Amino acid sequence: MIEVKNISKIFGDRTILSSASVLFEQGKTNLIIGESGSGKTTLIKCMVGLTSINTGEVLYDGRNFTTMNDKEKKAIRKEIGMLFQGGALFDSLTAEENVMFPMTMFSEMSAEEKRDRAQFCLQRVNLPNAGKLYPSELSGGMKKRVGIARAIAMEPRYLYCDEPNSGLDPRTSILIDNLIKEITYELNITTIVITHDMNSVIEIGDNITFIYKGQVWWKGSKEEILKTENPEINDFVYASEFMKKIKKYM
Amino acid sequence: MNWFFHLGRYFILLRKVFGKPERFAVYRNQFIKEVDSIGVSSLGIVCIISLFMGAVLTIQAAFNFTSPWVPLYAVGVAARDTLVLEFCPTIVSLILAGKVGSNIASEIGTMRVTEQVDALEIMGINSSGYLILPKIIAAVFIHPFLIILSMFLGLLGGYIAGVASGVVTSYEFIYGIQYQFLPFNITYALIKTVAFAFIITSVSAYHGYNTHGGALEVGRSSTKAVVYSSIIILLFNVILTQLLLA
Repeated sequence: MIEVKNISKIFGDRTILSSASVLFEQGKTNLIIGESGSGKTTLIKCMVGLTSINTGEVLYDGRNFTTMNDKEKKAIRKEIGMLFQGGALFDSLTAEENVMFPMTMFSEMSAEEKRDRAQFCLQRVNLPNAGKLYPSELSGGMKKRVGIARAIAMEPRYLYCDEPNSGLDPRTSILIDNLIKEITYELNITTIVITHDMNSVIEIGDNITFIYKGQVWWKGSKEEILKTENPEINDFVYASEFMKKIKKYM
Repeated sequence: MNWFFHLGRYFILLRKVFGKPERFAVYRNQFIKEVDSIGVSSLGIVCIISLFMGAVLTIQAAFNFTSPWVPLYAVGVAARDTLVLEFCPTIVSLILAGKVGSNIASEIGTMRVTEQVDALEIMGINSSGYLILPKIIAAVFIHPFLIILSMFLGLLGGYIAGVASGVVTSYEFIYGIQYQFLPFNITYALIKTVAFAFIITSVSAYHGYNTHGGALEVGRSSTKAVVYSSIIILLFNVILTQLLLA
């Protein structure tokens, strides 16, 4: 469980996040949705300490991340897996070496154990034969899946996914969404997913947080978000013609 | 003020770079890769430049010593001292600042804008230490070898050009390069080389590490890395020369 309490982030004279408070539950896929520039990515960057915060605190299972020293933060980060928007795979390493990388840095496993674990993770994301390929040889969807494999390699307690299906075709998007959902339940971890994609909201959203202009505007379930009368959320959810048609039949 | 900001941020980065490595074996492997990337891959350009530089220096020295009072072996002395004291440590370092510096800045800059640096941080890895420290140590280790090779090839180039063009005889050139040789000049050149290697890698890494934006900014960082490394090398060349030779 991750608890965010009154986080504010100001860049110069622009308030990016204003007193954001959210509770992300364990064993569930917690989605953060909102328009581009609403502060979603800043929120998770603040949560993992990549961006400093002006006020507020972040609690990882009750442990206050904001007041920790660098050593304590590093210990928490070892419990975090993160899937970046572009995969963020290391270009000089093969897919297998990318997955093995956190193990090489932090575990006492033998080379064979690390290779076995990497192979297991790659199999888990349906890429059993991609181990020897370099990131430049992988498609967008494959990069994301290797990114997930790397994120789960150290069996994290918390998984962050920043727009996991951006730039992917609908079928691959659903595959990635389902993978995230399965891993969340399988490992009983706290998963936080940033997305714009309403398909993802409907497919995997256990808890949904809507961010609007740097504020936590709305929280609820996927069933509730489709029925809410909140105009800002309706503008976002029913922005496409497809969703407008769905609304007519609801 | 901007200058002080960068200086402060540079030293803060250096403090992080020299933090305790998470896993020594991983850093050691990175060091070996960097020795190859920074040193071995620069061999070609160092060899070509040194040979031609030595050749040109020898021919120019010979044509400038027109007085009959100046012995012909002075061509060898001039070529040796110019190569050892200045051309090999400084000019070759400036060329390496262009080759190695732009490579380091663009590599780390690309990693920054594609979130690979963030990925390292999220894993709990000291990204600056992992990415920069092996490069600094590799450069400080391998550059002196490159400069010694450059000195040798510069003198060889001078010998070949001098003898082939007939401006100096083989005996006079070899006598000249041995005449009143001061071993400290080599030490002085190597001290400068180590300092310049540190400047090239750390300044370039600083610019790469602090890249924000996209491809355009990576290009800018790469240019800045070369420009600032070169200027700082020239500045430290004066300081070190004053300290070591004055």
